[in-house]
Parts: sequence; structure tokens; C-alpha cells
Amino acid sequence: MQQVFTKAMARNIFLGGAGFFLVIYLLLAYDSFQQIPIRDHAVNLTPSVLRGKYLFDTNDCIGCHTVNGEGAYYAPELGNVYKRRGPDFIKAWIRSQPSGAPGRRQMPNFHFNDDQLNDVTAYLQWLSNIDTNKWPPNIEG
Amino acid sequence: MNYQSQRVAKPYFIAALGLFVGQIVFGLIAGLQYLNGTFLFPALPFDVVHMSHTNLLIVWLLMAFMGAAYFIVPEEAQTELYSPKLALITFWVFLAAGAVTILSYLFVPYTQLAAMTGNAVLPTMGRGYLEQPLPIKVGIVLVALSLLFNVTMTLIKGRKTSINFILVGSLWGLALLFLPAFYFPQDTVKASFGWWWVVHGWVEGDWELILGALLGFILIKMTGVDREIIEKWIYIIVAMTLISGLVGIGHHYYYTGAPAYWIWLGSIFSALEPIPFMLLIAFSFKTLLQRRREYPNKAAMLWAMGTPIMAFLGAGLWGFMITLAPVQYYIHGTNFTAAHGHLAFFGAYAMIALAIISYAMPLLRGRIANSMVAQRWEMTGFWVMTTSMIGITLALTGAGIVTAFLQRAAEDPMGFMQVQDKARVFFWIREFFGASFFLGLLIYLRSFFFAGEYEYANEMKQALSK
Ligand code: HEC
Ligand code: HEM
Ligand code: HEM
Ligand SMILES: [Fe+2]
Repeated sequence: MQQVFTKAMARNIFLGGAGFFLVIYLLLAYDSFQQIPIRDHAVNLTPSVLRGKYLFDTNDCIGCHTVNGEGAYYAPELGNVYKRRGPDFIKAWIRSQPSGAPGRRQMPNFHFNDDQLNDVTAYLQWLSNIDTNKWPPNIEG
Repeated sequence: MNYQSQRVAKPYFIAALGLFVGQIVFGLIAGLQYLNGTFLFPALPFDVVHMSHTNLLIVWLLMAFMGAAYFIVPEEAQTELYSPKLALITFWVFLAAGAVTILSYLFVPYTQLAAMTGNAVLPTMGRGYLEQPLPIKVGIVLVALSLLFNVTMTLIKGRKTSINFILVGSLWGLALLFLPAFYFPQDTVKASFGWWWVVHGWVEGDWELILGALLGFILIKMTGVDREIIEKWIYIIVAMTLISGLVGIGHHYYYTGAPAYWIWLGSIFSALEPIPFMLLIAFSFKTLLQRRREYPNKAAMLWAMGTPIMAFLGAGLWGFMITLAPVQYYIHGTNFTAAHGHLAFFGAYAMIALAIISYAMPLLRGRIANSMVAQRWEMTGFWVMTTSMIGITLALTGAGIVTAFLQRAAEDPMGFMQVQDKARVFFWIREFFGASFFLGLLIYLRSFFFAGEYEYANEMKQALSK
């Protein structure tokens, strides 16, 4: 048995298998990249949304929150927060942090001005319209 | 140790252990903030603690992998390292970059850090594990290039073994797969799709090759089993890794905006991902049973045998539990994911790092193995850390299940913060086992501070008198 199945054959399975599935993956990824802009309504990526996204990233919101289930598990899901809470609540919320309630998990104050608040909210609205195959199961995220 | 230049591995291993301590300290702080949200706030908000914890993890694992490469490649190639001096300079650059990164997280607000480091020109910041400012990311690439140059030149001028091919090849893969860290498109769905090239590509692809090469190397050395047999096993294992894992990346594309066909493709292929971990167990134990000698470094053997088992539990079993699309629908992005992340990272990568350190450090200190006293401390550290990590995993699994039932699958779902309150007891249990993990780490570190080496004559006498 040892001689029948040699190391060279094992190596060829490795190289062949890896190469084959890499090509398959790249084709699928190419197709996904064609579909994603439709599924997430990339046409709605307005300058305001993109400014909001920049603020979102450079304030590390995903260091505490998840967006579509990715990030940290310390604070509520933000992918659908626009639908859960609406724009007015979100702006009032971000403005009024931290809550300071003893022992309760805290969110910092980011000192956004009104324009920046509008931008972040516009980004959250854009996120909430992505086709995520009906995830999350309900509005609580 | 057969070649003088292997010595450069030593500072890498020592620094890795130091950074490991740092990682655990931040883990304990983050765990406390889960229980008391005002702890250290606003000086250290949770996200800062979180990124310090995860980035230290990555840096210490990379340190250990680099040390392992500088130790193994010359030995396998049967020649001195191409440039020990370059390896040493690279060490200091990498350590400095790591230290600067963590200090900047702690002392500079993240927005300001982004503004200071040219993030507006080429945005890369604000993604999990890849939070580093742009100059640091560039530095990481330079460090990787230096390592690759050094080990590749060594490989070229020396003996060519399969272990060396897999190891050096996977180090190239590691560096290549870091490059998508510079690709952060404005379309968040595309960005998330590409983020997994780094994260999934590393832990469920390339790093499994590193794991295979390191485990293969130490088992050849410690058991004396024929290299041909071991290398054949490793090729089969890493073949299964990539056959299942490349398309298996689809288990991250179900609910993040990618097309729906990933629900099928991801579920089918990622369900095969536990196979290489099962093979790893079969391979290690078969090799152990066929050993041609009793290697005096029992502690290294314990790490080497523990790695495949814990890797299988964390990656294979806990990964499988959340990988099928209908299950993930309820468990996606909960502490169940964190449970899996902890046991998998510890079982596969922390443990293989500690295994190679355990094997190599005595040799680097001029002995085959440590004295039995030192080894007993080390093995106690093994057991305390391993059982604590299982405790952490079970606690986080409990917390994840609470979310699934009360928030995701309930008729009348509760809000996030209320559910977190219901899961509180599990966060206490996690912190308790976190503290015992830290204790285990200290016990483990204590083992380095015993003088003297393993004495055959002494051990033999004791064994006979029993
Ligand atoms: C240090 C951790 C942390 C960071 C960083 C953070 N948050 Fe929060 N956030 C929280 C916590 C904790 C809560 C829940 C607090 C509570 O309920 O008292 C929260 C709640 C929210 C809510 C309300 C969610 C709901 O469903 O009621 C919104 C909206 C929000 N955050 C937006 C943001 C945005 C936007 C950013 C980035 C600019 C951000 N957060 C950064 C911790 C954080
Ligand atoms: C004392 C022990 C530890 C404690 C208390 C601890 C605690 C934590 C906490 C609180 C988080 C944040 C979870 C979140 O996103 O909300 C976290 C994340 C993480 N930790 Fe630990 N940790 C410990 C040890 C470790 C070890 C030993 C490893 C790996 C070897 C590890 C790897 C990780 C990883 C990979 C993440 C990110 C997980 C994810 O996003 O799913 N931790 N840890
Ligand atoms: C040693 C190997 C592995 C390591 C270190 C590892 C680590 C991780 C980490 C840290 C995450 C969280 C990422 C984040 O921050 O969002 C994660 C997610 C995930 N892993 Fe793994 N993993 C490994 C292997 C596997 C395997 C073999 C499987 C499948 C059988 C698997 C299935 C998953 C799934 C499905 C998720 C997404 C969970 C979610 O939807 O929230 N993993 N893994
Ligand atoms: Fe994955």
C-alpha cells in the first residue's frame, strides 16, 4: 500500500486540488462582484453616505457593534438600526452618549456636528437596505 | 540545534510570550467591561481594549511563526540561514511596530490616529483585526518581505524537503493574503467580501499549512518516524484544507449581502472543513504510536499531541456547529462565534506556537530538554490553560444560545441589551475561567526559570526505584 500511494501523488493532489478550487472560487467571486452593487443599491452611495461611512470607520463603530453580524458583540446590531429606531432617535442617541448609567455598557461621545450626524445616519440608512437574504430574523438584530 | 544561525529564533519566541501576556491582560479587561460597562470608561473604551486584545494575538502568533521559520528552515535545508543579521534587524523592527501600534491605540483617539497617518489618502482603518494605521500596515509588508527573502534564499541554497516547501510556500501565502488589507472599497458589502480573504484565508487556509508544516517538523524530530511517511500525510492534510476551505469561505457570505447561491456552496464545502482537522489527529497519534525513540522533552510532546485535539474541537466541532446556513441564521454574530473563535485560535495556533517554542527553546538554551521539575511546571501550565479555555468556550457558547433563543428565534423578541443582561451569568463564568487561564499562563512562564537540564541517569534511577 505504502508504495502504491506515493508522496509525489499526495503532492499532486494538493497542488491540483488547490489550483482547481482557487479557479472556481475566483469565478464565483467575479460573479458576486457583478451582483453585489445591485443587491446593496450601490447607486445610492451618495457623497453624504460615503462621508458617513468614513466617520463610521474612523470611529471604529465595529469595535463594539456588529454590522450584518460582523464586528464585536458588545453592542446592538447596526445593519438594521435605521429600521429599528429611525433617523431622529439615532441622531438624538449619538448626541446624548455616554449615558453614564452606573455599570451599564458605555458608548463614547464622538462630538459629531449636525452635518456629520446626518451623514452617519444616511450611511446607516443605506446599510439597512442591503439584501441580506432576510437576515436578521427580526427587527431586534 | 545544529546551526548557529538558528539562534535568531530565540528573541522571536521570547517576545511572542511577552505579547501573549499582554493579550490576556486586555482579554481580562474586556471581559470585565462586559460585566461592568463603566470600568475604565472613558479612558479605555471597549473597542480600544478589543483591538488591543486581537491585534496582540495576531502579532504574537506572527512572532512565533517567524521564530519557527528561522529555526526550522536552516535545519531542514541543512545550511546556515542566509542572513542572521537581517533576521535580527527585522525582529526589532517588528517588535517596535507592534509596540507603537498598541501604544497608539491606548493613547491616541482612533479618529485622530487616522487623521495623523494618512488614512484619508488610502483608507484602511476601522475593520476587525486590520485596525492598524497605514504606515504600520506598510511596515508589516516590509517585515514579511525581509522574512521571505531570508528563508527563500536559505531554501534555495540548501537541501529541499517537503516540510520546507510547505513552510516557505505558506509564508509567501501569508504575506500575499495580507495585501487585501489595503483594499477597502467604499461599497461595504464588497469590503466585507474581501475582508474575509485575509481573515478566512489565513485561519482556514494558509495558516493550516503552517500548522501542518510545524507539527510535521517536530514530530519527525521527536518520534524519529520516517520523513517520507510524515510528509505524505501533511500533503494530504493540507490538500483537504484547501479543497474544502477555498469555496468554504462562502460560510461568511450568507447574510452579508452576497448572492444567495453562497448559502448552498458555503454550507456544503465548509461542512468538509473539519476533515483536515480529523486527519491531523489520526496522523499525530499514528506517528506517536510508531515512534522509534522516547524523546526526553515530555512537555513538547504534550503540546504537540494536544494541538490537533484542541484544534479539532475549536475549529472542526465548534466551527461546524455554526457553519450550516439555517443554524447560522440564528447564531450569526453572537458570542457563539466568539466561543468558536477562542477555542479555534487557541487550540490550533496558540498551541502550535507553544509546541514549537517548547521544542525549540531548550535547544536554543543548549540542552535537549529541560529538567523534569521545569517540565512538570510547563505541563501543569498546559492543563490549566487548556481546561480554562474550554471553560471560556462553554461560557460563551451559553451566552450565544441565550441570544439565539431570546433575541433571534423568539415569538416576542427581546432587545439586545436586555438579552445581554439575561446572559450575565455566562459572562461571569467566562471571566472566572479567564482568570484561571491567566494563572495557567503564569505557571507556564515559571517553567522557564529553572536551571539545569534533563538528566537521563537521574530519571532512570528514579523510574527504576518506583
Ligand atoms: C465603546 C463601544 C462603542 C462604540 C465604539 C460605539 N458604540 Fe454605539 N453603542 C454602544 C453601546 C454599549 C450601546 C448600547 C448602550 C445602551 O443601550 O445603553 C450602543 C448603542 C448604539 C445605538 C443605539 C442602538 C439601538 O438599537 O438602540 C446606535 C444607533 C449606535 N450605538 C451607533 C453607534 C455609531 C454610529 C458608532 C460609531 C460612530 C458607535 N455606535 C460606536 C457602544 C459603542
Ligand atoms: C483570559 C482569557 C481571555 C478573555 C477573558 C478574553 C476575552 C475576550 C473578549 C471580551 C473579547 C471580545 C468579544 C466581543 O467581540 O465582544 C475577545 C475577543 C477575542 N479573543 Fe479573547 N479572551 C481571552 C483569551 C483569548 C485567547 C487565549 C485567545 C486566542 C488564542 C483569544 C482570542 C480572541 C479572538 C480571536 C477574539 C475576537 C473574537 C470574535 O470577534 O469572534 N482570546 N476576547
Ligand atoms: C483554526 C481554524 C479557525 C480559526 C482560528 C477560526 C476563527 C474564527 C474567528 C475568529 C471567527 C470570527 C470572525 C469575526 O470576527 O467575525 C470565525 C468565524 C466563523 N468560523 Fe471559524 N475559525 C477556524 C476554523 C473554522 C472551521 C473549520 C469552520 C467550519 C467548519 C469555521 C466556521 C466559522 C463560521 C461559520 C464563522 C462565522 C460565524 C458567524 O456567522 O458569526 N471556522 N472563525
Ligand atoms: Fe471561515
